[in-house]
Parts: sequence; C-alpha cells; structure tokens
Amino acid sequence: MSSPEKWTHPGPDAAPATAAKPTAEQVIAGLRATDEGGADLVQLLTPEGERVQHPDFDIDITAEELRGLYRDMVLVRRVDREANALQRKGELGIWVPLLGQEAAQIGAGRAMRPEDMAFPSYREHGIAWTRGVKPTDLLGIFRGTDNGTWDPVETRFHPYTIVIGNQVLNATGYAMGQKFDGKVGDADGEATICFFGDGATSQGDVHEGFVWAAVYDAPLVFFCQNNQWAISEPTERQSRLPLYQRARGYGFPGIRVDGNDVLATLAVTRWALEECRQGNGPILIEAFTYRMDAHTTSDDPSRYRLSDELELWKLKDPIERVKVHLVKQQWADHAFFESIEAEAERIAVELRDYCVTLPDPPAGRIFSEVYAEGNHVLEAQRDEFLAYHAGFAGGEH
Amino acid sequence: MAAPTMDRPAADATGVPAVQTLTIAKALNNGLRASMEANPKVIVMGEDVGKLGGVFRITDGLQKDFGEQRVLDTPLAESGIIGTAVGLAIRGYRPVCEIQFDGFIFPGFDQIVSQVAKLHFRTQGRIKVPMVIRVPFGGGIGAVEHHSESPESYFAHTAGLKVVSCSNPADAYWMIQQAIDCDDPVLFFEPKRRYYEKGEVDTTAAPGPLFASRTLRTGSDVTLVTYGPMVRTSLEAAAAAEEEGRSLEVVDLRSLSPLDLAPVYESVRRTGRLVVVTEAPSESSISSEIAAKVQQECFYSLQAPVLRVTGFDTPYPPSKLEEEFLPDLDRVLHAVDRSLAW
Repeated sequence: MSSPEKWTHPGPDAAPATAAKPTAEQVIAGLRATDEGGADLVQLLTPEGERVQHPDFDIDITAEELRGLYRDMVLVRRVDREANALQRKGELGIWVPLLGQEAAQIGAGRAMRPEDMAFPSYREHGIAWTRGVKPTDLLGIFRGTDNGTWDPVETRFHPYTIVIGNQVLNATGYAMGQKFDGKVGDADGEATICFFGDGATSQGDVHEGFVWAAVYDAPLVFFCQNNQWAISEPTERQSRLPLYQRARGYGFPGIRVDGNDVLATLAVTRWALEECRQGNGPILIEAFTYRMDAHTTSDDPSRYRLSDELELWKLKDPIERVKVHLVKQQWADHAFFESIEAEAERIAVELRDYCVTLPDPPAGRIFSEVYAEGNHVLEAQRDEFLAYHAGFAGGEH
Repeated sequence: MAAPTMDRPAADATGVPAVQTLTIAKALNNGLRASMEANPKVIVMGEDVGKLGGVFRITDGLQKDFGEQRVLDTPLAESGIIGTAVGLAIRGYRPVCEIQFDGFIFPGFDQIVSQVAKLHFRTQGRIKVPMVIRVPFGGGIGAVEHHSESPESYFAHTAGLKVVSCSNPADAYWMIQQAIDCDDPVLFFEPKRRYYEKGEVDTTAAPGPLFASRTLRTGSDVTLVTYGPMVRTSLEAAAAAEEEGRSLEVVDLRSLSPLDLAPVYESVRRTGRLVVVTEAPSESSISSEIAAKVQQECFYSLQAPVLRVTGFDTPYPPSKLEEEFLPDLDRVLHAVDRSLAW
C-alpha cells in the first residue's frame, strides 16, 4: 500500500493500473483478492483475531472502544436476523439482509462525526444504527406502512435509496454545498459519506458522481461495499479492474480495506473523512466484504454461487475475529459477552413487538406531503377519495 | 400580465424603468438575475451556462457578476447536473439547472422522476427539493434531431413535480422568479423559437399566481387552449378568424401541472366548443388530459367534440419537414371550422 499522501494527487507519470490487458484469470484473481492475495488490502485485525500493524492506517484503540464496536456489530446483526425472521413469518414484505457486512458498516459509521452527512443505499442498517436511527424506524419501508420514518435532517442520515446509484449524485451535490458553505479546510470541517455496492459501480450516476466530486473537490467519501454479488451478478460482471483502482482514473485516491475488519474500516474511513474535512477529498474506499445471506428475502443465492464460497467467508466473520481478540487480550470476560447477548435479545423483542403492532397508515397518507406548496388538482382528488372512503366508514356500504 | 395601474412607479429602486420592452431571452436573464440578487442561495448550473452564457445566452453575464460558485459550468452529463442539484437543494441551495435542449433531458429523467419528484413525499415533508429545471423546448428553429422535442407530458404525468411554460416576456420574467421561489421542484419549459420575440415587461406590477392559466383574448364562438410556443400561433389564428367574423377565445395554460382548467370550463360553457393546440404529440399527453377533463366537466355544454391540433405521434421529423409537423395557423383554423361545422 502506498502512503495516503502519495495517493492524493496521482501525477501524469503515475504507472497505469494495468500495464496490459489482463487474462480472465488475472482479472478474477485481482477482483477476488483478499488478505491472502491482495497486497493493497488494509487490514488491522486478521480473521484469527490477531492484531497486525499497517504503516499508514494503524490506530490506537482502547479496550472500551473495541468492546463498543463489538457491541454495535452484535446488535445490528441481531436486528438483521430478527427482521429476516419477521419477513419469513410474513410480517415484512421483504427484507434486505446485512449479514456479513457488520464490520464495514460499523467501522464506517463510527468514523463519522455528528455533523457529517451520510447517504445510504438500502442495506445500510448498520450505518443507520450509528447515526442514531432506531431499528424500528427502518421497518416501515419493509412492512409497507411508510417509506422510512427517521428524520434525515436530525440524524444526518438520508433516506434509503432503492434506485441503484441515484444517491451518489445526491451526496456529491450535498458535499459540494458543504464546500460552498465554507465547511471545508479546518478542524470544524464537515464531510459527506456515500454508500453503494459493487453493482452500483456500473451505473452512470456513480461515474458521474466521481466526475463531479473530482472537478469540484467535494468533501466526499465514496464508500463501496463490495459484497461480491449484485444479486446474481459477480464483481467480474461489473469490472475488469479491482474497484478501488478505478479512483485513479478520476484523479483521487482509491483504497481497498478489509471490510470484515472493523478496526481497519474505522481507521481508513476516519482518515478519509478527515482528508475531506481538510479539503483533500474526494476519496474512494472499497470495503472488501461478503454478503453472507441473500440479496433480499426474495433471492435464492444457491442458484448462482457455491456453498464453498460461503464456507470460506464464514472463516472471515467480522464479529468472531473481534471476539477472539477481546478474549486473547483479556479485554472482555464471559459476563460481558452475556450482557451483549441479553441486550441484543431485548432489542429483538422490541423490534418484533413494534413490527406486529405497527398500524396501517390512514388512507389519506396516499395524498400526504406529495407537494410542499400543495396542488389543487391533487387536493380535489384527495377530497373526493376521502368522501368516498368515509361512506364505507359510515357503514352505508 | 396585470393591467397597468395609475399609481405604478416609473422605475424601480435601482432606476430601471418599470416598463421595458424585452425579448423572452432577456426577460429570463433579468428574472434570473433578480432572483440571484434577492437570494444568495440561488445558483445556476448547467453545460455552458457560465462563460458562454448558455447556448441561447439566457444566463449571459451571470457568472461574471455572481462568480463561478453561483454559476456553475458543469461537466457534460444531465443526470449529474440534476442529481447534484438535488444534493445542493437538500443542503439549502436553490439550484436552477439548465438543460441545453429538450431531447437531452432524458439522461436526467431517472433523477427527476425517482428523486426530485419523490423525496418530499418519501420523507413526509422533512426534505424539500426546491429546484428549477429549465428546458428550452419545441421546434421551429431548423435544428437537428433531439433539439426540437416537447417532452413536458412525461413530467406532468409524475406526481411531485410542477410543470410550467411561459409564452411571453412578461411571464418569462416573473414566472422564472416565482418558480425559483417555489418550495416544490419546477420543470420550466421555455419556448425556444420565441426567445427573441419582444414584449413589454412591467417589473413593478405584482405578478399573478404562477400555477394559473390566463385568458389572453375573449371570444364567443370557440375556445382555444394552448401554452408555450403555440400561444402566439393561437393568437394569430384568433386574429385571422376575426376577419372571417368568428370570435375565438384564447387561454394560455401557463401551468401544465397542476392544470388550472377552471377558466377553460367557464369558457367552454359559453362557447360550447374547444380546440386544444400544442406541438407535442397527442397520445397520452397534456392535450389528452384537457380533452378528458373538459368532456367530464362540460359535457352538457359541448356543441362539438373536443378537437386537438398537435404534433404527430412520430419522432420529431428532420427539420425540412418540421413545418408540416408543427401546427400552424391554417391547421388551427381548420380545426375551428370542423368544430363549428358540427
């Protein structure tokens, strides 16, 4: 890994990312490089729970901080599993599993300051957690009672975006606004972080976001969670180049971090956000991770990927390695782990109770807040509908 | 435009004459300038809007006076222009995007219908997207393909957007400012072939509401409803019809979404006849919507079916054929004849 400084302004004589057209085998090897094969992968905690050093991204972490990250990951995994189960019981129309991506999200989310702004895609339940969004506020989307009920202004966590890649341009514009507002360049600076997946990198909006952010020096961290699969399409259907290397073509740094390593993700994202606050953005982070479950509960991954792959990635579990490290360091005891499990269970029960009692919205919700300043045609349509609806309520039908 | 009043000042506070004769292009330029002076959060962005002043010079001189941070010469991608404007709007800015030509709006279509239109609804009002997307639209300038289209119906069909079109300099001056002031996203369609036609602009008289149609000429035999570039054509048709002893009423819709059809209903109840004039194709369009609503509201008043004079349901043709494609005075008068013959 080159030093971050060297990545900031790649010169015209910088070596091309690929000297010649690679073979298919080389492409796949590069795309799928992990800690075993990817020399550029930033890692601070191995899958075996060993703390390793990195010349550019090492961080000091206290026992308390690491316990906090562990807690975050366990709780969001429990929320995710409970929501998945609620879908299986028919209480949610669909769920988008987070399983396996806890470290990427908790690491990135905990790197943010309150004044930073986050633009998620739709799998960012862990980021939501770090922004103070209640897990129950995620349910409306998936139960069909609303479109997400958190306050994006207060939490500085934008609504989920279902159309792939749209939010990357929205985040870029927001970051441009931060710069125009003079919020970049000193210790009180702000930054924006935008989350998207490996599949999204094929979208035009993501490419355009890279272009815009580069030419306007937007304080924006592009955080790509490469979970290896865009529904059934593997990364090699998106790129012949490791995704982080694409940044060089736009003139800003690209870094691949072990997305199953919460410490490395925290360190790299913290560095990237600070670079943006200081006016040295944008930066692309590729968090190299794996979606352990289906794309959504409507998906069947057994049709397109081998169980061997899943078994391999289970060995890289983001939570287990922290647990092992905590134990080895004697930073946590049995009582700690039990208390976290108990807390997770309480949150799961809350989620379940909330979900099954979540009322259907009133019929008028259809017409609610379509416009900021109203629309007389729509209002007439609403009034007619509500009058019709009231007829049923009056028991005459 | 409101009628002049006796106590109207001769000039505004800066000494600019209250009534000026301007082209639509200059009126838009002045309107943008007035909005930018009034509100530092108003920014203009698009391809070539800065140094060049836009391909039609609508933004001429704005970057020189307001700087590169308020008049952004952007990279060449419409989704990027609109998508970043969404983020800027969320941040508290009021972006005014210029799409160079009608046929180029489609790369930005996804952002417009997926994000611009829906963020307010999705967040139950917690996020507003106060932005304007300016679209020089329509044919008649001899351009190559993708430069002469009328895509307004796509946007009128999408909830969450407001769609307007100006037809004269006074409206151009006021409507662009009102659109910028609006907390909802507004698609602002400018009749490009009328850009250099002149008219009086009173910069001191209070404008009427933005989302309202206006009766430009009263008549008793047939109602013509139109907007944008076809307003002038319709007024000319009404003038020609008068020479033949026929009295046509002309309503300029101005707002395409929401539609303000109350004056149209009132007119049709008097005339009993309606001809809708647009240069957009007719299938599933604004003209379809008007025809449907008028037959619903004025069924017993109609003496003839609602007729439409429109562009054809074809791609916009090569420019040597555009005079055949675009409704002209004769096609409007022919429709009037058909209506009256019923």
